[in-house]
This record gives sequence, structure tokens and C-alpha cells, in this order.
Amino acid sequence: MAKVVIKDSPYNVKRAKILDIKSLTEKEKLFKIVFEDRSWLDFEPGQFIMVSLAGIGEIPISVCSSPLNRHYFEICVRAVGKVTNSLHRLNVGDIIGVRGPYGNGFPIKMIEGHDLLIIAGGLGLAPLRSLILYAIDNRRDFGEIHMLLGCKTPKELLFVDEIEEWGRRMDLHFACTVDRADPDWKGNVGLITSLIPGVDIDPLRTYAAVVGPPIMYKFVIKELLAKGLPVDQILLSFERHMKCGMGKCGRCQIQNLYCCKDGPVFTFKEIMDMAEAL
Amino acid sequence: MKIEQYRIIEKSKFDDFINSLITFSKVVAPVYKGFKNYIFQEIKSAEQVSLKYIPTIIPPKKYFMPQRETILQFDVNNELKVEPIVEYENLVLFGVHTCDIAGIKCLNMVLSDKPKDTAYLIRKKHITIIGLECNDYCDEYASCSFVGAHIPTTGYDLMFTDLGDYFIVHIHSSKGTDIIEKTGIFKPAKDNNIEELRNLRAQKLKIFNNEVPTERRYLPDLFDRSFNASVWKELEQKCLSCGNCTAVCPTCYCFDIKDDVDLTLKVGERYRIWFSCQLDPFAKVAGGIDFRKERSARQRHRFYRKFRYHIDRYGMVFCTGCGRCSRTCMAKINLKEVLTSLIKESEAKIWRKWL
Repeated sequence: MAKVVIKDSPYNVKRAKILDIKSLTEKEKLFKIVFEDRSWLDFEPGQFIMVSLAGIGEIPISVCSSPLNRHYFEICVRAVGKVTNSLHRLNVGDIIGVRGPYGNGFPIKMIEGHDLLIIAGGLGLAPLRSLILYAIDNRRDFGEIHMLLGCKTPKELLFVDEIEEWGRRMDLHFACTVDRADPDWKGNVGLITSLIPGVDIDPLRTYAAVVGPPIMYKFVIKELLAKGLPVDQILLSFERHMKCGMGKCGRCQIQNLYCCKDGPVFTFKEIMDMAEAL
Repeated sequence: MKIEQYRIIEKSKFDDFINSLITFSKVVAPVYKGFKNYIFQEIKSAEQVSLKYIPTIIPPKKYFMPQRETILQFDVNNELKVEPIVEYENLVLFGVHTCDIAGIKCLNMVLSDKPKDTAYLIRKKHITIIGLECNDYCDEYASCSFVGAHIPTTGYDLMFTDLGDYFIVHIHSSKGTDIIEKTGIFKPAKDNNIEELRNLRAQKLKIFNNEVPTERRYLPDLFDRSFNASVWKELEQKCLSCGNCTAVCPTCYCFDIKDDVDLTLKVGERYRIWFSCQLDPFAKVAGGIDFRKERSARQRHRFYRKFRYHIDRYGMVFCTGCGRCSRTCMAKINLKEVLTSLIKESEAKIWRKWL
């Protein structure tokens, strides 16, 4: 057996350094990362990267910072498995491996010129944060921006400081709800679907970007359709356990679509007739 | 048929050919292992080769995409060092049936699609394929004529066809020419040899009949109608979800990627390992949700990957008709029977619409 090094292997990872770590909640941490060679991660909101820890594994994570930030990028990680728990134990200055970006993000060029309705459930805010930051950075290119956030309890709310700032902004319509409140909570209580009937949107000129736990989609889509949103203006981002990110390993296949290559962002129109999607 | 591309070799000289091949290259050929089981393995002498064999347990995909394949090596001793690697060797695969050649073509299609799998392309370049044409069905499980894999077309360097007391050999690449020249046992083919080959192919058209009561071109329609067919529910009752069918399939390439470290916990490798859509963790995500929980959905996924999805994506049927999945299935799920039931069920639906 001959063994050679192939630098152009698609599985090659780039060394990246953790610049900063911030605990967002008990289970989620925000990592600020930069490539060691200072190169730019050129991605679209909604795209994902493969983050790897040598000896532990590799997982797909969506980038949650603004795509216009050329100095660093951020990922928001919930500790659920082997790799994510190990990531949580890392310190500032540690080196990780990154390859990507992969997939199709939110179709920004199509959304521009339209109103945007963002619906984020729980950790779904992470990939959407990238879109929100992009929209804020290019605020004049978008119409009305509505944001609906939901999570289980106030303690699990991500990006609290930013959310407060977004809530204060004049150019954003913002609403937030929790499933179960605690005594200090002053906002809405209830599922995220309860917020949708109340938003004042022009359905024909609005794109809805929805990310959340799989269970959320069905109910949110139902409400959006009741609002009169066209099926091709409902954008969903799906969670699958991609292993290669290149449409080969077959792990993320939804019928004839690969979540990693054709998605992870799909319009509802693309997947509405597909079993196994939602 | 260009006569200059053909050579002949007497059967009495066949062992000399294999033995001379062994002198300059590693040769892999079908070997009998008892109980109607054959495997592709390295041979040391011509006697080991089984010329008449039913498809081997594992197809030759194991040389193109090894079951376990290191893709990265890393070292975290001082600082993280990562090196993507490929392991390959020069190999002559002898006696590959046309169904398995079709399987290799399917792998080519997927792994040379962008982004290209560099390791696969390098490994493939070092393998020489010598085909062996089937003059008759290997057994009752084959459905090669249905998918059109019973006649050699492309995908080989040399193709051996048995014509009684001699083989006629088609040279399909310069790699093939090299072998012909190096072994030096072959004689140029004459017109009557070509004529006999033509006769054999004509004869084969009579022997090989479409094994499934439909045509390949109707497959997309059939499968578009059959997503909710009761056939899948019946498979749910039978299937044990063991993953045998996908392991032996020449066109199944799904994989998992895992990391492994040595005892120092400092040096290790990332490897790619065959995986199966029939197994439990395949479509699970972090929250524990399984997008194909039922065995019926997994079997349906397997059939759709063979006969529907990849027609859209790659323009090819991803079944080679080798029959391995049916031969190996512990629950006796038979590919031809499943297709036949699908056709019956779908026809009934169409008639109901008309009446």
C-alpha cells in the first residue's frame, strides 16, 4: 500500500483559533473563531461549516455571525453530544479544524426588496442571527423586518443583549415569547405560533425565514399559510446529521434532495409534498 | 467491432496468462470459498481463479472504496497537525462481471461529481479492470438484462469472452494493451473469431430476457406512483434492518466518518467507513429525532435510491442487477419480487382510474 498526502482532499481541514468564548445559557456557548492564516470565511447566512476536533469527531454547525464580518466568524454550540461537549471544554486560544462553508443559505438576493419575517425557535436563532445581522447591516435594502422569537423558558433565551438592542431599534418589529415564564418575565407566554396571527405583514411581499426544532415547522407553516404567504416565500432550514457536506455520504438525504448540497435552506414549495422532510 | 482491438487466447494458455500477470502485478480474482460463496481476493497462482462464479459476497467496490479508509491523519503532540492522505496500490482486478463493472461506473459517477473525491480518483487510476463476460445467467437472482448490464459496453481495460476452447479479448484501453504486450501470449483475432463473438451476443439476446415485467424507461413513472404503495408496509413485516443488502450492493456508497486515536491519545486518524440507510442511527439527528424510523421507510429509501432519486441526479439507474441483495437477505426480500409487486399494485391503480 502506497500512502501519499493529498493536500487538495475535500476532507482537509483548515486550522482555526478560538478568539473568544461566551456562555449564553447553561447549555449554549458562543465561539468567536478566526482562521490561523487570517483568511476570510466567505459564506452566506444559513450556510454551515464542518467543525472538527482531532480524535473526537466532526460536526456540521451553522455560522451565526454576519457574513460581512471579514475578521472572524462565530458559531453557537449547544452541548448535546460528544463533539459539542468537547467543544464546550475548550479554552480561548485553542485550535480547532474547520472546513466549508457548505450548502445553500438563505436566498438573500431574492429576499432583498421584500419584507422579511423571521421566526426563530430555540437554537434556531443561531443560523437566523446571521441573516438578521446581514439585514441590519444592509437595512435599506430590505422592507419591513419582523422578528418572532420563541424558546422554552426565559433562561434559555440566546443573545439576550442583542435581543434587547433589536427590541429597541425603530426599524425592526420585534416580539418574543416563552413556553413557560418565570416570575421576572415580562413578555409573552405561549408557543411561537401564537405570535404569528398578530404580525402585521403584507403576505405577498414577505419572505418568512423559519428555523427551529423539527416539531415547530408543521405548526408554524400552518399559521403562515393561513396568513396567506405563498409557498415559495416560506424558507426553512433543516437539521440533518451531515457527515461529508458534499452530497456523498447519504446521511442528510430527504428523498431526492441532499440537505447539505441542495439545502439546508429550502423553500416550503420544494419540500411540501415530501414525506421524511418535516 | 474493430478487429484490431481483439485478441484471442487458447484456454490451455489461460493459466500461463494469469501466472505471468502475477509476476508483475498484484492480481485479484474470484476465488471459491465453499457453500456457493465466492470472494474477490489476491491470488498467488492460476488454479485459485474461479472462472465460472456467481457474484462474489462483496463486490469489487471494496478496492475502489474500502470498507474502512483513512482520510486524515492528525497529531496533536505540540500543536494540531492534520494531513489528508490516500492509500492506494497497483492492482489488476481479473474476472469482473459486467454487473460489477456497472457498479464501478455508478461509484465513478458519484465520487467524481463535484466536489471530487480525490482519494477515490487516485485509487481508481491504479486499478486495472479485466472483465469476464457472462454467457448465461449466474443464478435465478440476477436481473442484469433489466438494467442493461448483461452486455459489456465500457468501464473495463480488457474484456474476456468465453468462446468454447478459447477466450476472445477486447482491448479497451492502453492499460489493456500493456498487459497484452507484457504477457505476450495473445494472438490476433481473425474474422471467424469475431463472427463467433457476434453469434454469441445474438444468442445472449435470446437467453437474457427482461426479468421484471416492465421496462427500464418506465421506472421513474412507476416509482413516482408508488411512494405510498402497500408493498413497503409488507416489507416492514419482513425486514430485519440488518443492513446486509446495502453492504453487498455494488452501488451503495453511503458512509460514516469517525475518529480514532492511538494509546497516547495524541496521534490518530479520521476514517470513512461504510454505513447503511437500513441501520438505526443513519437518519437520526442530535435531538434524537429519526427521520426514517420505520423499516418500511428505510427499505423504500433503498429502492428509491436504486431506481428513482439517482435517475434525476445522475441520469443512471443505480441497480446493476447482480442480485446480491436478494441472495444475501436473511428475510428473503427479493428485489425482482418487490419490483413485480410494485408494478402489479401500480397497474391496479391505473386501471381503477380508467374504469
